[in-house]
Amino acid sequence: MTRAATNLAPEHAPKMARLSLAARLEPWAPLMLVPALILAGWLSIASPSSWLTLTVSGLAMGMMIFVIASGMTLVFGLMDVINFGHGAFVSFGAFVGVSVLLVLTGMTGAPSLVLNLLAVGLAILAAMAVTGAMGFAFERVIVRPVYGSHLKQILVTMGGLIVAEQLIHVIWGGEEIFIGRPEMLKGSITLFGATLEKYRLVAVGLGLVLFLAMRAVLRGTKLGLIVRAGVENPDMVQAMGYHIRRVFVLVFVAGSALAGLGGVMWALYQEMITAHMGMEIMILVFIVVIIGGLGSVEGCFIGALLVGLMQNYTAFLEPKLALISNIALMVAVLMWRPQGMMPVIKAK
Amino acid sequence: MVRLFLSGDGPQSRILGAVLLIILFSLAFAPFLFPGTRSLETAARICIFIVLVASYDLLLGYAGIVSFAHTMFFGMGAYGVALATRYLGTGYDALILGTLAGAGLAAVFALLIALFSLRVRAIFFAMITLAVASAVAVLVSQLSAITGGEDGLNIRIPRELTPAYRPFDEPVLGLRITGRHLNYYLVFFSCLAMFLIMLRVVNSPFGRVLQAIRENAFRAEAIGYRVVFYRAMATVLSALMAALAGAVFAIWLRYVGPATTLGVEIMLDILLIVVIGGMGTMYGAVVGTAVFVLAQNYLKDWMGGASDATSFLPLVPDLLNPDRWLMWLGILFILSVYFFPTGIVGRLRGQN
Repeated sequence: MTRAATNLAPEHAPKMARLSLAARLEPWAPLMLVPALILAGWLSIASPSSWLTLTVSGLAMGMMIFVIASGMTLVFGLMDVINFGHGAFVSFGAFVGVSVLLVLTGMTGAPSLVLNLLAVGLAILAAMAVTGAMGFAFERVIVRPVYGSHLKQILVTMGGLIVAEQLIHVIWGGEEIFIGRPEMLKGSITLFGATLEKYRLVAVGLGLVLFLAMRAVLRGTKLGLIVRAGVENPDMVQAMGYHIRRVFVLVFVAGSALAGLGGVMWALYQEMITAHMGMEIMILVFIVVIIGGLGSVEGCFIGALLVGLMQNYTAFLEPKLALISNIALMVAVLMWRPQGMMPVIKAK
Repeated sequence: MVRLFLSGDGPQSRILGAVLLIILFSLAFAPFLFPGTRSLETAARICIFIVLVASYDLLLGYAGIVSFAHTMFFGMGAYGVALATRYLGTGYDALILGTLAGAGLAAVFALLIALFSLRVRAIFFAMITLAVASAVAVLVSQLSAITGGEDGLNIRIPRELTPAYRPFDEPVLGLRITGRHLNYYLVFFSCLAMFLIMLRVVNSPFGRVLQAIRENAFRAEAIGYRVVFYRAMATVLSALMAALAGAVFAIWLRYVGPATTLGVEIMLDILLIVVIGGMGTMYGAVVGTAVFVLAQNYLKDWMGGASDATSFLPLVPDLLNPDRWLMWLGILFILSVYFFPTGIVGRLRGQN
């Protein structure tokens, strides 16, 4: 009987279906966009030396945008909170950092790399402390009463941004502040005939370190595990006994501090700060967060590099179209992947 | 008859009705009641902002979509008129053509943005409109060969609409009528018509569906309404109205520039007026605008005085400086979203 039944069954010869090359490459496609864009830049910019300069400054800009955007995308992923006031932390961070650097002129003016980096480090720490504390207050006062309503979140956090921007005017005055880079970070080095500003290389390095550190925390620690799980399904994490609200506040504060850090980096990159700078950067940050996929740190990193490179290449080729080109980039990505390049799969 | 004009959506409150009547009466007879250039400017500004804010409320209050590109559409209408008069000469045909071109461009832009962002997530819309609007603002100030850059463009309008034209030799009701007054009535009546059309739209079945989507998009979709279609149509309609308001504004001001039409501050003013007046009520735009424009005119003076009076205190004069007007608006804005979400009109109608 059993024998007959098995005979009746069709011949069963399992075989491993080999995925086509395209199907195997697909999950990695976003990663290839960065080299593809760099290649496209190389093809459209005739001179290799200017291409190298632009690529480095594009990467530096991308790293800074990533530092700013990462907090925002995690905050969204974790609690479905959209924070339009994120730019306020960038501006405040820049102003606090620059104030510290202006006090420490003895250290920034000295021709010693250690002292210079120490001064920048102190400025960054001060900025992160202030913006972290600000983030804590912002979460309490502005964001907490409007959980669950996107409409109110957008309105209220926008209001918070305006008030914060005006407070900068009250505290530091309405004028823009010019800030020179520390002595050893001034000037540039020449590589293959291309001039590479030292500070940009430092910014790329710092951004890369931050990205790897963030990845290590998210992938390698228990807290990172809770955060990643919370992004996918906050209710389940709550049911497991973790206080998801507390984790969220922590991420919010960390994200605000990172925005402050990004603000200091941006201030030294532009060598000039205004109260409005946060709002201007936020436009690029929004594009990055959208094309990366809301809630995804890796997508955010790739998106930031793409936006930074795109901005620099087009600014060189056709200055008037710099911002438009990034919007075109966003449109193209959204047509390809409407949820962003690396969307977080929500278990809802 | 009145019910027909108001599309069956009356004020539903005696006080509100009285306030609306006072505003209508003051605006309708503004040249006679408040002679003087400055008050006429204020009255025209109120008319145009009522339409602009109402068209924004169509989107925010009725469809529940936050857009930061409303000034961009407003600017498209204004620049449409400016460019048409620049290239086609001074005539009514140029004005009409410019208005239509600006409104058409705004509608197409709105449709494209809506299709791109709303089909994925309504929340993208706010971010994408902010990005697109700032890119357009930057572009307008950079393409100075076409748009006049930061300086903007002056607009020549037909002589009958300028102060130089005097239709009557004798004063009418104690007022020497000029083309400027005719221009004011052009503004007044077109704004009144646009407002009534929008009142009609929000009280139509279409408007009811929008409200249903605002309350629960998922459920509306389940009942069988195509949410994306309705949201996109609301966006297009709102952009169209904003562009028309912009065209009227350009004809009135006889000038268009980035600061007067595309500025962030105007966007904030619109947001604030909608929230203060009352989201989801067309009358909120009327009351909110009247209160806001008057407050803007007088409170700034008051702040200057208060700042001088407290100059012996630390920090307080800085906070009261008229330049910090925007900060107090921001605080007021946050407080009204929290504690006053139905706005003045909601309060007067007794909803909380």
